[in-house]
Amino acid sequence: MAKTKTRDRMNNEINAGSMADIAFLLLIFFLVTTTIAEDKGILVKLPPWSDEEPDITKLKERNVFSVLVNADNQLLVRDEPARIGELRERAKEFIMNPANRPDLAEGPKNAIISLKNDRGTDYDTYLAVYNELKGAYDELWSELSQRRYGEPYSEEMPFAQRKAIRDEIPMVLSEAEPTNFGEEN
Amino acid sequence: MAKFSKKRGKSSPAISTASLPDIIFMLLFFFMMVTVLRDSDLKLQVNTPEATQLTKLDEKSLVNYIYIGRPTTQFQSVYGTSPRIQLGDKISTVDDIPLFLEQHKVKLPEAKRSRITSSLRVDGEVTMGIVQDVKTKLRKSNQLKINYSAGTRTDALD
Repeated sequence: MAKTKTRDRMNNEINAGSMADIAFLLLIFFLVTTTIAEDKGILVKLPPWSDEEPDITKLKERNVFSVLVNADNQLLVRDEPARIGELRERAKEFIMNPANRPDLAEGPKNAIISLKNDRGTDYDTYLAVYNELKGAYDELWSELSQRRYGEPYSEEMPFAQRKAIRDEIPMVLSEAEPTNFGEEN
Repeated sequence: MAKFSKKRGKSSPAISTASLPDIIFMLLFFFMMVTVLRDSDLKLQVNTPEATQLTKLDEKSLVNYIYIGRPTTQFQSVYGTSPRIQLGDKISTVDDIPLFLEQHKVKLPEAKRSRITSSLRVDGEVTMGIVQDVKTKLRKSNQLKINYSAGTRTDALD
């Protein structure tokens, strides 16, 4: 008799009514702590450290697209003042040299973009300039990829195709040691 | 008239709440999956600039964060107002970077170590001097994959 009694008790279900409350509590906790932060940014591969400065004097002047940014965030592109807004188009024209001008790069494989800033340059400006230069290459890659494979350049493309494009237009962006004229804060 | 009274008379049955816990649990699991518990409290004011040529960093565990910016008002009495570097949850100097990188590296399996990226979260108003020092240190420590963290810009440049 006693046995049946305990079995009866075991048949009692656990009250699941408060389950929703518990779940809500946890849910609110995670809602509050959640940061669906997507980290995006400009991916850069730095050159390995070497003690001697690379010598760029040996390069032909027509192959070097020099961009200087001073401590007042002003641009000097190929010895002339310029605006950030026109940088991308100028870089693209320089790299591809569609009109075969004698003062622009001999070809995309020879083109070198040299970026030099001051220690007093704002990071904002530096990144905007870097963004435009990278954008110039990105656009050229996309155009080439569109012509050749009929799709824009992306990381999802087969590795061989990406490599072929990057071999055709290699991204050479050399950053010189910054000058130290401006005031740092 | 008869029609209406008839309807009112028939009391509608209560909506069953039996499936409510399941729905809540579903939401709960979603948020548990996407949650990244913020591991470090930011002591610096960091407003990253905006850019267009962005790449998404996918594997979170392979990324370490280096913050550069001015201390927030509550920390200005301790750390001053000039830009500082924050590694993990403490304000550091450039010389602490190699150790910081090493501490992150040992937690990862050897095969993945070549894919470690350093994400530089730098305030837009900081000058390049301190950023350059960090970059030089990263190069010396052979941490060459870096990412300038930035937001998405939609408006055109002037």
